[in-house]
Amino acid sequence: MAAVIKESKTDRMFLGFTYLFLAIALICVLYPLLYIVSASISSPTYVNSGEMWLLPKGITFEGYQRVFENQAIWRGYANTILYTVVGTLVNLLVTIPAAYALSRSDFVGRGFFMGMFLVTMFFGGGLIPTYLLVKELGLINSMWALILPGAASVWNIIVARTFFQSTIPKELQEAAHIDGCTNLRLFWKIVIPLSSPIIAVMALFYGVGHWNSYFNALVYLNDEAKYPLQMVLRQILVLQEMNSSGIGTATSGETAMAMNARADVAALLKYAVIIISTLPIIAIYPFLQRYFVQGVMIGSVKG
Amino acid sequence: MPKPMADTVKIDGVSNSSAHSRRHGLRKRISRNWELYLLIAPAFLYFLIFHYGPMYGIQIAFKNFMPARGITDSPWVGFDHFIRFFNSYYFWDLIRNTLTISLYQLIVGFPLPILLALAFNEIKNGWFKRTVQTVTYAPHFISVVVMAGIIVTFLSPSTGIIINIIEWLGFTAPAFLTDPAWFKTMYVLSGVWQSTGWGTIIYLAALSAVDPQLHEAAIMDGASRWRRIIHINIPTIIPTITILLILNVGSILGVGFEKILLLQNPLNMSSSDVIDTFVYRTGLLNVQYSFSTAVGLFNSVINAILLIAVNQIARKTTENSLW
Repeated sequence: MAAVIKESKTDRMFLGFTYLFLAIALICVLYPLLYIVSASISSPTYVNSGEMWLLPKGITFEGYQRVFENQAIWRGYANTILYTVVGTLVNLLVTIPAAYALSRSDFVGRGFFMGMFLVTMFFGGGLIPTYLLVKELGLINSMWALILPGAASVWNIIVARTFFQSTIPKELQEAAHIDGCTNLRLFWKIVIPLSSPIIAVMALFYGVGHWNSYFNALVYLNDEAKYPLQMVLRQILVLQEMNSSGIGTATSGETAMAMNARADVAALLKYAVIIISTLPIIAIYPFLQRYFVQGVMIGSVKG
Repeated sequence: MPKPMADTVKIDGVSNSSAHSRRHGLRKRISRNWELYLLIAPAFLYFLIFHYGPMYGIQIAFKNFMPARGITDSPWVGFDHFIRFFNSYYFWDLIRNTLTISLYQLIVGFPLPILLALAFNEIKNGWFKRTVQTVTYAPHFISVVVMAGIIVTFLSPSTGIIINIIEWLGFTAPAFLTDPAWFKTMYVLSGVWQSTGWGTIIYLAALSAVDPQLHEAAIMDGASRWRRIIHINIPTIIPTITILLILNVGSILGVGFEKILLLQNPLNMSSSDVIDTFVYRTGLLNVQYSFSTAVGLFNSVINAILLIAVNQIARKTTENSLW
């Protein structure tokens, strides 16, 4: 077999290039990540002058200390946790039952429902009509404006449906029916316990989405006390930097000194804040990578 | 595939060959599975309200929307808003920026995951492969805000590491953040950094479907690794490539605008403003609801037409298509 025939010289050279290509890809992606970690525990003087380029220099934890002292970040963190937990629960309660119903070939009308959902993948009302609707429903400035308009994604429903179709044996459903089991009982007692992988995948996909989203908060929230973490980060990471490099608009009440002081604090904060905000995902990611990949793979099965 | 029980029952019913009993069977199937409608109800209501609801609201693109009178009672104006948009001086800038950013992104960003997946597929499962995969997947989970923060911080004119490196090499660094000439490159390359690794997963799934016997036979015939990639691996993933290409082209006027919105500033506006950011600005910040709905509608109609056209071409030429 493959191992018996010795690799030719060109093949070994080709393999060498493949390793080289992958090594370059690795360095390109890894370097910025390492730099951020190092910069977060280095003295800003070295970081700003470019003397710190890989390993931490002049180690200090002041950036992290500033993060811990920052009320806005903590409030944003708490808000994001709340939105992520409630939002993901709503996502699952909408997605999983619908996907199961759509997976049943004896479900009259599944073509209609599937078609109705699919149309929204290719055509929608757009930003303004959606905004007007959310406003009309009285959701502006409430947590539900971040949760209800994204209660399900067609793509995830398809992924979950494909999972049910390929893993829940039809015989199980038939046997349950013969024993007089109703569909709801079948769903809660038999299907759900067998579906933990897909529930995990969906919870992860939706959860990461909630954790990282900022645009809905930007559009629908005007009370800063309700801002999720990403909106706080936007202020620290993007708006501050834009201001300190002389663009953007400085409000007239602010003196140049106050602005400089704020920019200094921001400079100290920014790397630490990147780490702390991304930490939950980075920390769980290696353990869950398998599930994420599984989710994409199930999704790639044409169906 | 084995026939499910329910279908067999139905076929038995139909064998009486009367329309009455067929209808009776259907009604029985619906009534026996009534609980499934309960399961799908939340999703049905969600799509009806939050997706079809806004579609009803699209009519304000042809009206002068007055909040006090509501969507239905606002006066019709026909295509006025569209004509105003087509005649405005920023129209061609918006079209050009939107098209060039997404074409640029497509040309640079689309082939890279394919190359990377083919490379992954060549090497054995070991710590090296696992490491490269884990690391290259990781940036996918960084939020747009943090991503924009990283870009802004790394390219900061006085303190950014990239500027420092360029100057250390003896060059003068361009003003990446404020020079319109650099905006698109900065936008596209940061996107490549963030999503190339993750994009390989779907191709790796497709590559895992290659029959190993094909490779064994090709090795027997003396085919090199390169030849086997060209003649076995690539043809296997062509359907996946086609589908993803169709989806990408279909959304060519819908560049991921959340990152653009974060990186936009008055100085780079001439090359960073795209249709979606324009809709956000005129619609929500300047409260021109009807006008920006018209602009958004123009955008989605073009996208839908592109998607249908590309799908048609793909079906004619490659036998692969979305539908």
